[in-house]
Amino acid sequence: MKRSPLALALVNGALIGLAAISLAPLFWMLAVSFMQPGEASHFPPPWWPSHPTLHNYRELFLRNGMATYLFNSALIATGVTLISVLLNTLAGYAFAKLRFRGRERTFRALLAALVIPAQVAMMPLFLLLKQMGLVNTYFGAMVPGLAGIFGIFLVRQYARSLPDELLEAARIDGASEARIFFQVVLPALRPILVTLAVFAFLGAWNDFMWPLIVLGDQDMQTLPVALATLSREHVQDNELMMAGAVVTIVPVLVLFLMLQRYYLQGLLVGSVKG
Amino acid sequence: MRASLAGWAFVAPALSVILLFFALPVLAAFALSVTDFDIYALADPRNLRFVGLDNYIGLLTNPLFWKALGNTLYFVVVGVPLSIAASLTAALLLHSKLARFKPFFRTALFAPVVTTVVAVAVIWRYLFHTRYGVMNWLLSLAGIAPIDWLGDPHWSMPTIILFAVWKNFGYNMIIFLAGLQAIPEDLYEAARIDGASWWKQLTHVTLPMLGPVLLLVSILTMAGYFQLFAEPYVITQGGPLQSTVSVLYMMYDEGFKWWNLGNASAVAFLLFLLMTAATSGLLWFARKRGVE
Repeated sequence: MKRSPLALALVNGALIGLAAISLAPLFWMLAVSFMQPGEASHFPPPWWPSHPTLHNYRELFLRNGMATYLFNSALIATGVTLISVLLNTLAGYAFAKLRFRGRERTFRALLAALVIPAQVAMMPLFLLLKQMGLVNTYFGAMVPGLAGIFGIFLVRQYARSLPDELLEAARIDGASEARIFFQVVLPALRPILVTLAVFAFLGAWNDFMWPLIVLGDQDMQTLPVALATLSREHVQDNELMMAGAVVTIVPVLVLFLMLQRYYLQGLLVGSVKG
Repeated sequence: MRASLAGWAFVAPALSVILLFFALPVLAAFALSVTDFDIYALADPRNLRFVGLDNYIGLLTNPLFWKALGNTLYFVVVGVPLSIAASLTAALLLHSKLARFKPFFRTALFAPVVTTVVAVAVIWRYLFHTRYGVMNWLLSLAGIAPIDWLGDPHWSMPTIILFAVWKNFGYNMIIFLAGLQAIPEDLYEAARIDGASWWKQLTHVTLPMLGPVLLLVSILTMAGYFQLFAEPYVITQGGPLQSTVSVLYMMYDEGFKWWNLGNASAVAFLLFLLMTAATSGLLWFARKRGVE
């Protein structure tokens, strides 16, 4: 392998270029969010606030109800995460380790359903939730994320590597299946639970189309829905909108940075081995 | 026997959620698509009528549907190969033995994937502003006249494609990286002994070995790109001149702006049909080329 300085510079130069393209829009967003109103609308575009200010954030939280949207997003994403992790883990573990009649057929049917895009279900789902009085409620926004075929699949893949002797030993000791699940299986599945939780939280937080449909009431809206509405009303308020984007993106970006090992691992289990 | 009962008890909660909130609505969507469900039926179900395939026929004779279909196909046909090329390039660079600070670069290139589509789409609107946008400033440095990215119907879809590539390439990059790491080193060893150049190694060892991964990534990316919605909703609102109305955008407008839920369901089913056909086509092509 020849390691010429030229090749070294080319490879790393290209990587620096790609990293700049990836991060520059996010950096620009952060810088503009601290600018005075109107400051970003200059040519050439400024990359640093001349007099940094929190004015835009104050405006968002005091005048535009940003705290409500932040709360709604956090509540819905947390609810989806807690419920879906529990339901998917129960099902994924059962598909991997418990014998029951029709197990393989049920699992194959689930996998086949993966090809159906979620949007097909949205019109009847809306009517169903309307009947149930769940339109414009937090639970209504959580519904599509409460259990997921992909999540069940992820847990099943991981749970298959649990040693059967471990479960048998607990059974011989007279432990109930529920007790085995909570005291033996859950601790052993911890890494995949974190993965599942990160996926669920990011998915719910970033989701747009369903919350847009089901949360018509402004007080109930999540950050992405509110941001889309605000950006239509405040087309000229560059700096304000960038502050809104910061509030929306930073929580998930921080979460990802803290747990990226789990996230990337899940991504690979879910796709390459699938 | 105990295990059998326990098994069903464990899968029951998740299965009921999926049945009630997904499987049932999918079936109901088909039923809905052969009715004229509209805002009057929403108020009183007695206004509902069976119309057979009228919604489908209506769509196939509706110029806006064909426009939306054309725009979506444009986005898929140009966007998917571009995204995959970007992902593969990034993965090859990251996989190179010459690359430094790999964990940092991997995280940096992946960061756009976890961001919220709506929020970064809002950023994009300002980056591609005709007068004050960073993009036109960069072009001006190269001596190129400003482009009306979001106002010119010829440039609106390319802008959205650039956005999608930027936002998504990190995802497939991670999958490609894993694929590259799984290629046995002796294959390259043998190629080098035969005097194969860097390019020869790429086309004769790396790409053939990546075949199955490439197929998987193409299918997943295509399925995702057919579902284009939030990007045009935020960046261009479907305009200018409906140049960025996608099939799902049309479904949303039909269903939840005009409350023609029957018609919207028909749009959704046509999209599903199209996605199935495209995926089957890709699999057929891959099988013919001997990738499995």
